[in-house]
Amino acid sequence: MHSRTVQPGLTFEYVMWIFTRISGFGMVILALIGVAVAFYLGARTQTDLPTLLRWTFFPNPNHVINSEIPDVTLGWANAFWQIMQMLMVFFAATHGYNGLRTVLEDFIAPSFGRAFLRGAIFTLWLASLVVAVYVILAS
Amino acid sequence: MGNRKVSYYQGMRYQGGGPMLAWILHRLSGLGILTFVGLHVIASFFMQQLGSDWATFINTLYESWIFQIVAIFVVLFHAIGGLRIAILDLWPRFLVFQRESIWLQWLIFLPIYGLTIFILIQHALAGG
Repeated sequence: MHSRTVQPGLTFEYVMWIFTRISGFGMVILALIGVAVAFYLGARTQTDLPTLLRWTFFPNPNHVINSEIPDVTLGWANAFWQIMQMLMVFFAATHGYNGLRTVLEDFIAPSFGRAFLRGAIFTLWLASLVVAVYVILAS
Repeated sequence: MGNRKVSYYQGMRYQGGGPMLAWILHRLSGLGILTFVGLHVIASFFMQQLGSDWATFINTLYESWIFQIVAIFVVLFHAIGGLRIAILDLWPRFLVFQRESIWLQWLIFLPIYGLTIFILIQHALAGG
C-alpha cells in the first residue's frame, strides 16, 4: 500500500475537496436560515418537532402541509423557498455522490470498473438533480 | 492500493479508538444520508406523479418519529463532524488537538441530540 499521489494545481480532486468543505458550510447555513425563518413565520405554535426538522432539512411546502399552519401559500411556498430548495439539493447531491465516489475509490484500484462506477455515479447525480428540480417546481 | 495484504480479521482487530470511531461514523452516516435522500427524492416523485403505494409507504415511514430519531442522529453527527473537519482543514496547526476536537464534537452533539430525541419521544408518548 502506498500513499496517494497528489498533483499540484487545480485538479478535479482538489476542486471537489474544496467543494465538499464549502457545500458543507453552505448546507449548515441554509438549514439555519430555514429554521430561523420558519420560527419567524410562526413554527413555534404551528408545527411539531418532526415537521420543523423536515422543513429544516429541505424547505418544501409538502413537508409542512400536515401541520397547524392555516395556509402554506402565505410565506411557506414561494420563489424564495424554491431557490433555497434548489441550492440545498445541488449542494446535497453533489456533496453526497462525490462522497460515495471517495469512499468507493478508497477500495478500488484504478481500473475499468472504477471508471465505470464513476460514470454510473455521475449519471445518478445528474438524474437525481433533474428529478429533484422537477419535484421542487411541481410542489 | 488494490493489493492490501490485510485480512478482514486483522482489520477488525485494529484499535483506532475515538478518531477511528469518528471517521467510520462520518462515512457511514454520509452513506446513510445519501441512501435516505436518494430514495426520498425518487419516492416523492412517484408519489406526486402516480400516487404509487410503495412510494407513499416510504415517505410515511420517513415521516414517523421513530425514523426521525435515526435521521437526526445521522444528519446531526455528520454535520457537526463535518464542521470539525472543515475547521481543522482551514487551520491545520490545530490538527495536533485532533483527539480533543473529537471530544468537543461529542460534547456539542450529545446535548443537542439528547434534547431533540427527548422532545420527540415525549410528544410521541403523549400521542402527538
